[in-house]
Amino acid sequence: MAQSRRDFLGMVFGAFAGAGGLAALYAMKRTWDPLPSVMAAGFTTVDLSPMKDGELRTVTWRGKPIFILKKPPTDNCNTIPDESKKRLVTIGDSQYLVMIGLCTHLGCIPSWEPDKKIFHCACHGGEYDACGVQTFGPPPRPMDIPPFKIEGTKLVLGEEGPEYKKMVGKA
Amino acid sequence: MAHITKANNLHEWLDQRLAIDKLWKVLAAEYWIPKNINFLWAMGVVLMTMFTILVISGIFLLMYYKPDTKLAFDSVNYTIMQEVWYGWLWRHMHAVAASVVFLVIYIHMFTGIYYASYKRGREMIWISGMLLFVTFSAEAFSGYMLPWGQMSYWAAQVITNLFGGIPFIGDELVIWIRGNFYVSDPTLTRFFMLHVFLMPLIIMAIIGLHFYSLRIPHVNNQDGEEIDFDAEAEKYKAGLKKEAKVIPFWPVFLSKDFFVLGVFMIFYFYLVFYHYNFAMDPINFDPANPMKTPPHIYPEWYFLWSYEVLRGFFFDVGPLSAMDMGLIAFGIANVIFFALPWFDKNDEVAPASRRSGGFAIWFWLMVVDMIVLTIWGKLPPTGFNAYIGYVAAVGFLALFAALPAVTARKKGLLMFVILMTLALYVAGYMEYTKALGNGFVIVALFVIFYALFFLNPVFVRNRGGAR
Amino acid sequence: MRELKILAIIVVLVGITYWGIEPYAHSQMHPHHEPATFSYGDLQAIAANGDASKGATAIMNNGCTGCHSIKSQNIPAPMDPVTASASYGVNPPDLSNIAAVVDHKFLANVIKDPVKAFKLAHKFNDTKPFPMPAFYGSDQDLADIVAYLVSIAPKEISPKEAYETACGRCHNLRYDNWTVIGEKPKFKNEIEKADFELKLAQYEANLKKYLGTTPPDLSMYIRSRGHEYIRDFVEDPQKILHGTAMPRVGLTKEATEKVVAYLEKVGDRKKEKRNSLGPWVLLYFVVFAVLAYLWKQKIWREVH
Repeated sequence: MAQSRRDFLGMVFGAFAGAGGLAALYAMKRTWDPLPSVMAAGFTTVDLSPMKDGELRTVTWRGKPIFILKKPPTDNCNTIPDESKKRLVTIGDSQYLVMIGLCTHLGCIPSWEPDKKIFHCACHGGEYDACGVQTFGPPPRPMDIPPFKIEGTKLVLGEEGPEYKKMVGKA
Repeated sequence: MAHITKANNLHEWLDQRLAIDKLWKVLAAEYWIPKNINFLWAMGVVLMTMFTILVISGIFLLMYYKPDTKLAFDSVNYTIMQEVWYGWLWRHMHAVAASVVFLVIYIHMFTGIYYASYKRGREMIWISGMLLFVTFSAEAFSGYMLPWGQMSYWAAQVITNLFGGIPFIGDELVIWIRGNFYVSDPTLTRFFMLHVFLMPLIIMAIIGLHFYSLRIPHVNNQDGEEIDFDAEAEKYKAGLKKEAKVIPFWPVFLSKDFFVLGVFMIFYFYLVFYHYNFAMDPINFDPANPMKTPPHIYPEWYFLWSYEVLRGFFFDVGPLSAMDMGLIAFGIANVIFFALPWFDKNDEVAPASRRSGGFAIWFWLMVVDMIVLTIWGKLPPTGFNAYIGYVAAVGFLALFAALPAVTARKKGLLMFVILMTLALYVAGYMEYTKALGNGFVIVALFVIFYALFFLNPVFVRNRGGAR
Repeated sequence: MRELKILAIIVVLVGITYWGIEPYAHSQMHPHHEPATFSYGDLQAIAANGDASKGATAIMNNGCTGCHSIKSQNIPAPMDPVTASASYGVNPPDLSNIAAVVDHKFLANVIKDPVKAFKLAHKFNDTKPFPMPAFYGSDQDLADIVAYLVSIAPKEISPKEAYETACGRCHNLRYDNWTVIGEKPKFKNEIEKADFELKLAQYEANLKKYLGTTPPDLSMYIRSRGHEYIRDFVEDPQKILHGTAMPRVGLTKEATEKVVAYLEKVGDRKKEKRNSLGPWVLLYFVVFAVLAYLWKQKIWREVH
C-alpha cells in the first residue's frame, strides 16, 4: 500500500515536472518564431487604384523587388502568345502584370524601357517582353510570379489567392 | 571524510582534496592504448588540437565581430582583417582549421571503417563520433554565415530552403528557422548564437562522451586483435615493457602523437599563410546581396558529397519529382553512416584487406565514390556531369544496400543489388539521352530485373542464407 | 615503412580530391579568356606629329573645358560633381592626369568615337546618344589635343591617383575613405556629415540611373577577384562580363598595375605581415616536429 502510494506520488511529481518542461519548450519555440513585425512585413498590400495605364511600380516584398505593370503593351508579347497572356491578371477593369523583378539568369534587377516595351537587364544584356517572357540573352525562363491575392482593387503579396493558383496551375 | 594531514607542498595539498595522482593515473599514466598502431591513431589528438585552435581563435574573433547584417561584413573584413593586431591571423587560422578539421574527420572516420573499429562493443564510439560529425557540420554551416558575404548568404538561402522539402510543415519550418521569409538579420543573429555558444557547448559534451565511450571497449589496433588489457597492463607495470601489448597514454602514446601533430601543423600553417583560398572562398569577399545571385553556388568542400547526392537525381519518376528523390537520398545519406555497425552483418574485427567476402573492394569503392561525389558536387551539373553525379549518387545508396550482402556473404542478394543498380544506371542513361524519355522505362526495367533475379540460379542456390 | 605507404595513399587521395574541387572545378566554372595585352588593337593609330601648344588651343576651341576641368592648369570644373552627374549621369573626368593613366591611342579614339572606344554600343545609339558629343575636328587636331594632354600629365603618378582618375568616379572604396564624389572629409558636425551624405546619395542615384546598376565598392576586390581577373577585366570588361555597363577605360599596362597595387594595399594591407610571419611559424613547427621525433624515439626505444 505504502509502496504504491509512493509510486503514485512519484508519478504525479514526474508528470508535473514534465509539464513544466513542456511549457518551457513551448516558450523557447515561440522565441524562435518570426517576430510579428517581420510576419506583417511579409504580406505587402498594394492599392492599385491610383495607378496609371502603362505605369510600372516596384514594391519590395520579402526582400525582393516586385514589378507591377498596369495595362502592359501586350502587342509586344508575341513570342509564345498563349503562355505570355496567361501571365496577366485582371483586377477591376484592367489587366496587370505582377512578377518578381529579378532576372532569372543571375538575379539582377532588369529595368523597364517603355519606348521599346521591353525589360532590359543591365548585367548581361538579357531582355524580356512586356509580359516578362525572355526574348533575348541568357535568361533561362520568364520572370517568376509571386503568390498574390486580389482584394477589390488591392493586391496582397504573399497570399495564394484563386487567381494565383489558376495562373500557376495549382487549381 | 578524507584523511587530511598537514601538506608539505601544493601537490600533496591538492592530492588530499582532489586525488590528482589518481586522476592522472586514470586519465593518462595508466590509460592503456595498444602498442600495435600506426600514425592514423594520432588523428584523435590532431582533431582535439584543431578544435582547441578553433575555440581559441574564435574567442578573439568574437571580441570584434558584430552580428548585424549592416555591420558584420566590415567588422570581419576591415576591423578584424586590417585593424586588429593579428586579427588576420586568427581569422585565417579559424577558417583554415574549420576546413581541414573535416579532412581529418574523414580520415579518422575511414580509418575506423577500414579497421572495423565500429563493432563488437565499439558501436558507441562510432555513434558518438558520428554525432560529432553532425554537430561539427552544423557548427561549420552556422559559422560560414557570419562574415555575411555572398556565399554566406546564398549558401544559407539554399540550405535552409532544403527544409521546405519536408512534407506538410516544410514551408513553415523554413520561415521558422530563418526567423523571416528570407535569410536576413534575425537569421544571422540566431545562427550567431548557435555558432558561438550552443553548438560548441554540445560539441564539448559529445567530445566527453566520445572519450568516455573508449574506456570500456578500448582502442582498436592494427590487426583487430582482442587484447586482455588488464593482463597486458600488469606486464607493462611489472617492467616487461617490450613484451606488453599495451602502452600508457602518457607519455608513450602522446609522444608519437606529438610528432604526427608537428608534421600536421607544418601542413596546416602552410595553408594558413600561403594557400587559404580553398577555405576562404573569394566570392565570400563580396558583401551579401539578396538582390544578386552569384553565378555558381556551392557549399564548402566537406559538404559536397552529400550535396551531390541531393543534386544527383535529375529526372522525375511518376509522382516523384527529381527534387523529392534528391531530398530523400540526401536525408538518407546524412544519417546512414550512423547505422553502419548494423549494416555490417559479421563479427570479424580486422583490417579491410584481411576481411572475408570482398569487404576490401566495398571499402575502396566507397572511398572512390565519396571522392567522385565530392568533385562532381562542385562541377556545374550540366551535360554529362549530371549523369556522372547520378551514377555516383545511386552508387552511394547501392553500396549501403550491398553492405549486408557483402558482409553476410549472400551472393544472390549481392547479385540482386548489383543488377538493380545497373538497371538504374541504364534507365538513368536513357533519361539522360532522352532515348525513351519517361519514368515508365525505369519501372519496366525494375520488373525485368526482378524477374531475372528470381530466375537466377545463383540466387536459388543461396536462398538458404549465409554459409 | 607501412606508415609511409599509408601516408602515400592518403596524400594521393587528398591530392586528387583537391585537384578536382579547386583547379579543375574552377576551370570548368569560369570560361577561359585570353590574358590582357593592352594593345587596343581594334583602334586606329593616331598621327605621330601632335603639337602640344596647338593642342592647348584646340582643347579650348572644341569646348572640352565646357564639361571637363583641368585642375593642374587652373581650369576649374564648370559644375560640382552632383550637378554634373544630374546632367551627364557621371561626373566628367578631370583631364590633368588622364594621359598618365590612359593609353594615348585610346585617348584619341575616345575623343573621336567614345561609344566605339568604350565598347558601349549595346547601351548607346542614335536614339540614346552618349553624353560626350562627337568631335568634328581633324585627325591633326586630335593628335594635337593628345599631345597637349600628354605634355601636362605628370611623369610619375601614385597608385592612389591612378585609381582616382581611372575608377574613382564610379567606384567607392570605403576601406580607404574614398567615395565617388571624392575623399570623405573629417566632419565638423552632424549637419556637414548629413550634407555630404545627401550629395553622395544624389550622385549615386544619378549614376545608377545612368548605368542601370550601382557599380560595386572595390574595397575587397583584391580578395574576391584577384590580380589577374582585375587586370584582364580593366583591359576589356566586355570580354569577361558580356553586356556589362562598365566601359572599357583604356588604361595602360603600368596604370593598371598601379590600380591593382592600390586595391591590394587597401584590401589586403596585412599581406606583408603575413608573408613575413609565415616562414617563422613554419620553422617553429619544423623544429617542433624534429624534437618531437627525437623524444618519441627515446621513449619508444623502451617499449620496442
